[in-house]
Amino acid sequence: MRHIITATVEDASGVLNRITGLLARRSFNIESITVGKTTKEGISKMTFVVDLDSANSAEQLIKQLNKQIHVLKVNDITHQDIVARELALIKVKTSKTSRAEIQSLIEPFRTRILDVARNSITIEVTGGLSKVDALINLVKPFGIIEVSRTGLTAFVRDTSSK
Amino acid sequence: MEPYKNEHSNQTKTIRTGADLLIQSLMDNDVDVIFGYPGGAVLPIFDSLYEMNPSFKNYLCRHEQGLIHAAEGYARVTGKTGVVLATSGPGITNLLTGIADAMLDSLPLVVIAGQVSSAVIGTDAFQEADVIGLTTPISKHNYQIKNVADIPRIMNEAFHIASSGRKGPVVIDIPKNISEALVEGDYSGDFHLAGYQPTTQPNAGQIERVLEALTQAEKPVLLAGAGVHFAKANEELLTFLDRYPMPVVNTLQGIGALPGSHRLSLGMGGMHGSYASNQAIINADLLINIGSRFDDRLTGKLSEFSPHSKVVHIDIDPAEIGKNIKVDIPVVSDAKLALEALLEADAVQVDYSDWIDHCLAKKEDNPFWYYNYDQLISPQWFIEKVSQKTNHQAIVITDVGQHQMWAAQFYCQDKPLSFVSSGGLGTMGFGLPAAIGAQIGRPDDTVALFVGDGGYQMTIQELATIKQYNLPVKIFILNNETLGMVRQWQELLYDEHYSESLFNDGKNPDFVKIADGYGIKGMQISQESIVDEALEEVFAYDGPVVVEVMIPMKEKVFPMVPAGKGNGEMTGVKPI
Repeated sequence: MRHIITATVEDASGVLNRITGLLARRSFNIESITVGKTTKEGISKMTFVVDLDSANSAEQLIKQLNKQIHVLKVNDITHQDIVARELALIKVKTSKTSRAEIQSLIEPFRTRILDVARNSITIEVTGGLSKVDALINLVKPFGIIEVSRTGLTAFVRDTSSK
Repeated sequence: MEPYKNEHSNQTKTIRTGADLLIQSLMDNDVDVIFGYPGGAVLPIFDSLYEMNPSFKNYLCRHEQGLIHAAEGYARVTGKTGVVLATSGPGITNLLTGIADAMLDSLPLVVIAGQVSSAVIGTDAFQEADVIGLTTPISKHNYQIKNVADIPRIMNEAFHIASSGRKGPVVIDIPKNISEALVEGDYSGDFHLAGYQPTTQPNAGQIERVLEALTQAEKPVLLAGAGVHFAKANEELLTFLDRYPMPVVNTLQGIGALPGSHRLSLGMGGMHGSYASNQAIINADLLINIGSRFDDRLTGKLSEFSPHSKVVHIDIDPAEIGKNIKVDIPVVSDAKLALEALLEADAVQVDYSDWIDHCLAKKEDNPFWYYNYDQLISPQWFIEKVSQKTNHQAIVITDVGQHQMWAAQFYCQDKPLSFVSSGGLGTMGFGLPAAIGAQIGRPDDTVALFVGDGGYQMTIQELATIKQYNLPVKIFILNNETLGMVRQWQELLYDEHYSESLFNDGKNPDFVKIADGYGIKGMQISQESIVDEALEEVFAYDGPVVVEVMIPMKEKVFPMVPAGKGNGEMTGVKPI
């Protein structure tokens, strides 16, 4: 099952390498990883999406991450009320006839067209993992030239609507 | 051993360079000895060592691997942090086996490696190696020093990290230009590691649950691991067993945590452990693991390891709890503090005497066994003889293989912090240099090294170190002219295909002559009838001795749990 794990880390040299190396070494399969600065100087935030086969391996992963000297805090937010977003750039083949069709198809996804060329368009989409997957599947029949995904970034909602 | 005297100077030198600062930091961290080998990138540091007249002594080995195993031996028997200093490139790559070894066996080391100058890092410069890249997966932490002002802080952090929580090796990569950089002003060594705050105090609620489990149990077993030694909790363990007597099983690294001759000791458990130990764990209804990581050589097939027990796991490393074995009562704590907390609580009423009698009868009926020989020497009997001769109190060092298991089975170790063996990594070549470090760490103790003819040749050059410092290590080469453990598995599991495992027919050198060549007393013994006399001579001799003990090639380690099987399926429990 997919787990979404966030980590607050000290922005020390090699910290990303330490963490990805640790996960690879212990046979955890990383689907995506995002890293960025926080508002606090020297502190970065990471979000991982990992595919784990048991609750026990999630616990083991968190414990191993916590052992890293530069890791300040680790949370498995999979089952919490979260906001999670990914950005994807998708370059799709177009022809005279298909361009308008694609544009109308993707319209409900609140995408942006970033670039239009004679034989392709580049779409930007932001959303949860399922929305991005759905859009990619939708335009696949037209022929995808290239996809670039940032990976998921996420945190826990402050005010739960439930 | 003579006390160290520095012949160069008696005056404290002023701190001029990064290298001076490094030496000063070692002194500030109460270092007694370091193990160092010079080379290009560390020349400034060795110059400071020469100039500064530090309060510690450097021991030169003959290979960097020798340095680090010596530091491991030192750390194991003293509980202090071992320090290693080597040059860049091949210097640090030669240390890698030892760093991985120390990581798996949780030994506190600070490893200082030289590096090429900052300006040429990343250009494939002469003797450049990516120390951080190489050591990240096998060290507890590592640093590259980028600024001379960071030296005191990084050194203090390294010693703190290596020696606290679950101990382990910390590597420091110091470029040559940083060692040479001039010091301008006072640099603070203060540090705060927000992300590293190991839990050492047990949770009171969990301690109560352990006591409750004690009252409910009828068949408890205590499993003593290396954590008891690291925490120096041996006295507390004895007190705990006085109050709550129960059978005790030890791991390989837990040998001596409880004296081997203690009434409640069933001996080592696991693949080559005692039948009584494995049976006790299998039939237990409560298993209290103090400071062992449920390693696969102990557990065998996990589902059959201790199927009926409630499991208490006391460990300083939370990641070990629940990693291999499902735990009912987790106690993240230093072993000593956990035992103290259990003893501070009001005593609960327990009586396990029937169960203890049952386990002790199993031990009595199924002892480790061996045969004696007219020609050649029984290795198990020989180790038992050495155990008696040294009153079960020598520091025992082993290499890796059959002799290691025989030493674990037949040396009845009564002293804590006195069994030194490469457990997790299983590093052949560990023994001889580890014995050097152990003897340096505890100069007044008798050090007995058991080593095979295979592993001995992996680090044999360290005989020169033993000679140079006149370390009175007693070296017993149990020579079966084969890689015994490999040969044993080939015999039992690979249709007697002895593929590259035999050293007979002149493939081994003359070990007595080699000892002689290094200026060390050597002898060969091949008959049991002269063993008493030989041991008398060896232990009376004031200096190192190499004893080549000729043992039968076909001797095997029994009993044994076949790989992948449960601990209930031991073979060779009775003489075969």
